Amino acid sequence: MADAPAEPLLHVPLNDRHIALNGRMVPFAGYCLPVQYPTGIITEHKWTRDSAGLFDVSHMGPSVLTLAAPTGDAEADHRAVAALIEPLVTGDIAGLRPGQLRYTLLMNADGGIADDLMVGRSPLHSGSLYIIVNAATKGADFARIAAAALGKAVLHRADDGALLALQGPKAVDVLSSLLPGVEALGFMSYLRFEWQGAALVVSRSGYTGEDGYEMLVPAASAAAFWDALLADERVKPIGLGARDSLRLEAGLPLYGHDLDPTVSPVEAGLTFTLSKRRRETGDIAGATRMSAELANGPQRLRVGLFVEGAPAREGAEITTPEGAVIGRVTSGGFSPSLSRAIALGFVPPAYAAPGTKLAVLVRGRSQPAEITPLPFVPHRYVRKPAS
Amino acid sequence: MTKFTKDHEYIKTDGTVGITQYAQEQLGDIVFVELPAIGKTLKQGDEAAVVESVKAASEIYAPASGTVVAVNEALSGEPGLINTDPDGAGWIFKLALDDAGELDGLMDADAYARIAV
Repeated sequence: MADAPAEPLLHVPLNDRHIALNGRMVPFAGYCLPVQYPTGIITEHKWTRDSAGLFDVSHMGPSVLTLAAPTGDAEADHRAVAALIEPLVTGDIAGLRPGQLRYTLLMNADGGIADDLMVGRSPLHSGSLYIIVNAATKGADFARIAAAALGKAVLHRADDGALLALQGPKAVDVLSSLLPGVEALGFMSYLRFEWQGAALVVSRSGYTGEDGYEMLVPAASAAAFWDALLADERVKPIGLGARDSLRLEAGLPLYGHDLDPTVSPVEAGLTFTLSKRRRETGDIAGATRMSAELANGPQRLRVGLFVEGAPAREGAEITTPEGAVIGRVTSGGFSPSLSRAIALGFVPPAYAAPGTKLAVLVRGRSQPAEITPLPFVPHRYVRKPAS
Repeated sequence: MTKFTKDHEYIKTDGTVGITQYAQEQLGDIVFVELPAIGKTLKQGDEAAVVESVKAASEIYAPASGTVVAVNEALSGEPGLINTDPDGAGWIFKLALDDAGELDGLMDADAYARIAV
């Protein structure tokens, strides 16, 4: 069991709902959240892959960055607000269309990853960005973004409401019955919807590899909206345990485990987040390391591993078949979809090719492992919905 | 009479060891079990086996000193037996006890029920 935290745990708006559902509440990033409900992680995991899982991710850090004095010229205002955040992140923010969301990386001066986050261009308001950061890093992230925007734009935290995710192949049918129109959103786009008088920000996005949505709901409407979703028999509540096993199968990195301030975007296999325009101009924090790694190759690469036998957990050493230690597991566990142990970790590029036979040390014993292409389970995003 | 440890193992009078209903509920879905080698000698409290849930690995300690005389091979293919029948088909290993008197120091069912809440 975890030690008693120094600070009292924060409660999400739906805390009473999780307790009423007999969720097993655990401390996570300063919040009290359900790791699983009585059905258990494997059932919850498979339900999400087969139907629709409802997740409470209200510990995360949604926010809105708004120009202090927008001109009303939508393109000029967007360029102005994008210019404030671009020096901190890897992505092309200026190039976002209204309502488009982009996965990007917040960089530190050394070329390491300070956080991974989503940045969207408001579909409605001139000079406004929707920014969602991780729970454990949100204080530092918000301070950095606010400082970078000081005097020119204001960062409004929006982490006092509920952030919910509905994920799985039936999510589109379930959600469009409550919010007609969500079916027309493509992957990584968002729009504002009204539900019983409340304004919801709904994006087609998620952290499971499945089609689905993430929804920012005002605290006052959170319980009613949660209940309305759970009233649909295709929906079951899903805890953090299955959220982790789902994202691991989808090969998606978890900040604080697979990504940290020492890991670069090139090492993490996240070069797709590097804007071509901004690579050429070199105006990204930590650009020196990035350019060197792009030119000469990184020291290590994030890889997927199939592991034979017991799961290799975070911290397990990765070795050559002969036993030389070459890297470390950063996330590992059991894949409910594949019924076998899988892991993410870092190895030197010479060992990173799919099919390479390696080993992992679990409780001092060597177990065979093999580099496997990511994702372990194919993504099923809906990029262009049928009209 | 079945006896219980504070770490939520049970041991039957014939030396059969497993984890309790309460423990399997706390661990959740068991996905892998590392069994001891037959013939291994264990002191009371030694790490004897490992059960892994989706989230974490948990050590199983020997409730008493003895020699491992049998292991439940069925768990290799079907670790979830610990969830569905911890007290029966989900047994883990069997000890030939060095000293049956060691069991007197463990909890009976009534005493265990008071800590398994």
